[in-house]
Amino acid sequence: MATVTTPAPASDTSAWSRWANDHRKWLFAAPAMAFVAALIVFPLAWTVYLSLTDAEGSVRAESEFIGFKNYLDVLSDTDRFWPAVARTVSFTGIALLFEVVAGMGIALLLWRPFRGERWVRVAILMPLVATPVAVGMMWRLIFDPNIGMANQLLGWVGIGPQPWLAGKASALPTTIFIDIWQWTPMVALILLAGLTSLSDEPQEAALIDGASTWQRFRHVTLPLVMPTVIVAVLLRGIDALKTFDILYATKGKGGGSFHEVETLNVYAYGLSFDYNEYGVSSTVLIIFFLIIIGLMWALTARRKKEAQR
Amino acid sequence: MLRRSVIGGSLAVAVAIGLSACGGSGGGEGDTGSKTVRVTLANHVWTENLKKALPAFESQSGLKVEITQLGEDQLSDQYNVKLNAGSSDLDVMMYRPLQEGKLFAKNKYLADLSDQTKASKDWDFSDFQAGPVEATSYKGKPVGVPIITEREVLYYRKDLLAKAGLTAPPKTLDELKTAAAAVKAADPGVAGFVARTGKSPAVTQFSSYLYSFGGDFDSGGKSAVNSEAAKKAYAFYGGLIKDSGPANVSTDMSWPEAMAIFTQGKAAFYTEADSLYKNATDPAKSKVSDTVGFAPFPAGPAGSKPYNIPSWALGINDASKNKANAWKFIAWATGKEQTLAQQKSGVPSARTSVWANPEGTATYPKDLAEAIAASAKGGVGHDRPQVVKVAQAREIVGQPIVDAITGKEPGASADTANQAFQKFLDDEQK
Repeated sequence: MATVTTPAPASDTSAWSRWANDHRKWLFAAPAMAFVAALIVFPLAWTVYLSLTDAEGSVRAESEFIGFKNYLDVLSDTDRFWPAVARTVSFTGIALLFEVVAGMGIALLLWRPFRGERWVRVAILMPLVATPVAVGMMWRLIFDPNIGMANQLLGWVGIGPQPWLAGKASALPTTIFIDIWQWTPMVALILLAGLTSLSDEPQEAALIDGASTWQRFRHVTLPLVMPTVIVAVLLRGIDALKTFDILYATKGKGGGSFHEVETLNVYAYGLSFDYNEYGVSSTVLIIFFLIIIGLMWALTARRKKEAQR
Repeated sequence: MLRRSVIGGSLAVAVAIGLSACGGSGGGEGDTGSKTVRVTLANHVWTENLKKALPAFESQSGLKVEITQLGEDQLSDQYNVKLNAGSSDLDVMMYRPLQEGKLFAKNKYLADLSDQTKASKDWDFSDFQAGPVEATSYKGKPVGVPIITEREVLYYRKDLLAKAGLTAPPKTLDELKTAAAAVKAADPGVAGFVARTGKSPAVTQFSSYLYSFGGDFDSGGKSAVNSEAAKKAYAFYGGLIKDSGPANVSTDMSWPEAMAIFTQGKAAFYTEADSLYKNATDPAKSKVSDTVGFAPFPAGPAGSKPYNIPSWALGINDASKNKANAWKFIAWATGKEQTLAQQKSGVPSARTSVWANPEGTATYPKDLAEAIAASAKGGVGHDRPQVVKVAQAREIVGQPIVDAITGKEPGASADTANQAFQKFLDDEQK
């Protein structure tokens, strides 16, 4: 370095700017990359690392590298893990089915302009803007088997009290109902946006050809709006898989005394915050992560195929 | 955008842990002597009382106290994240000695208070009851100062008792069973008995039943949850709720839910911690405030053996850089004067002198003061398994409770729980 003492300041600047110019695609992307590295790559890598150790009690305590033992343990756990997977899948599947069907119904009703349209839209959006934890608390009160409104209403029409959230078998369906109540509006909104963007010509052509209302929906509207449906399924499905707030607010830690509503997310939370089993918890999270990525990939592939048609 | 939200969201927990790992690993060396003491407290009557008295302390000491107040579960989560990160922005922590004490001490989250507790004569550490002090010590060294103690007592409704033709509250568990059945028979709309039903929350209140039947969770590293006494206790507690409890009883109830049923006038008997009595006697919170009575925990085959434990304590974060001032706050908050004021406002303390002082119990309902005195005598010093991973242990030993409530055979369930608990104890020994 000592030998290179003479270059003029100007050439210094030009060397730097030349370098910057040559590498500008990296330079401009650097802040974003640093952000991604700090907030996504690092936590992800750290979680993968933790999942390969027996970390427990405190993440700062000494832990041993144990390879894939956690993965083997978790994947062979038929007591908590697999039932949680099954609950996650059925919660998401059932909620999604109802939300898409009902959302489509609402979107079709709102599609054509009518008087008071704005008010109806606002009313339908109410559940969507409510905080999920507050929603959970509200339904917990409504569904209380002894002092709740739900059983009172049933009593008026002569039906006996139901256990709702308190029942071993009825807790999961009840939380699914709450999820449907809260998220159908969002699905309806997305589908409505899709419907509004369709042009009128195919509809008019079908009308002239004498297609019935159902035929127009089944063979004209639905195929045209399908890409939007897939987007709605994708967004809502991923969100439903990760549901935590409603489940935690209604049933508490571990998803109830019999783990009635313990999904993968609730299970992973319990493992880290209740049991301090950071290694096992990370393993469950990584597996969960892979499941979500897999589903997302499958749906996106489907969407691409749909778009090509 | 979508991908980012997926990754970010599904790993929310992981981020918390991940970020905590890159936090500073600051040790306890060096005292900044900041005038601001950061105190994290739980939602409790104690905290409300303290906040009222705080301005006087601040002006007298010249310190500023910053309080973060959280619900029990949120408090635990907060500690989990911050202590794992070695965060120094917690000075004083309100914690549950029997729930987290061992874990925190083992992880070296709690500062050793040996010097501080010895130093001040006026404050007088020897004034604290031996049981609570033992529970806030780790390996013989004090790591916390007990602030609230509790025992299980019987809450009952005087009017419903009279209606069912009974003159005195039950003295034994058998009498309790008969009386509860009598109340429910007299009015099917009212439950004879209510108590916590959630697998984990119920364990502490079930413990008095277990001891009174002559059992315990473990003895010398051997699980004892399927002993004859334990099986009988499980069957009794679960059976009482199943037969005389509220219709359609939920198996998720902790004290707020069970207390609500009692204070709404929907149950005649309720066994619960005495430190929560204000919820039942305060007319603003309870519809039955003028008909509530208290009695000592009913005797079982082994006598009346309720737990007698420190439910909350104050400790100093070992990573705090403001330990001297943190201790000043603790010394004030747990001093004789404050403790007496607290107890007069309904928070049972751990100081002998306050209990000995007639003023200390003057504000308590007379029958409650008697019940507390009786419980303090035969009381057992723990209300849950004494292990490091308490949360897991509670779920294991609590399973037979909910099984009994839902009508499963408690004996078989206790055998299963025993196996699991033995394995748990063996793992923890390693």
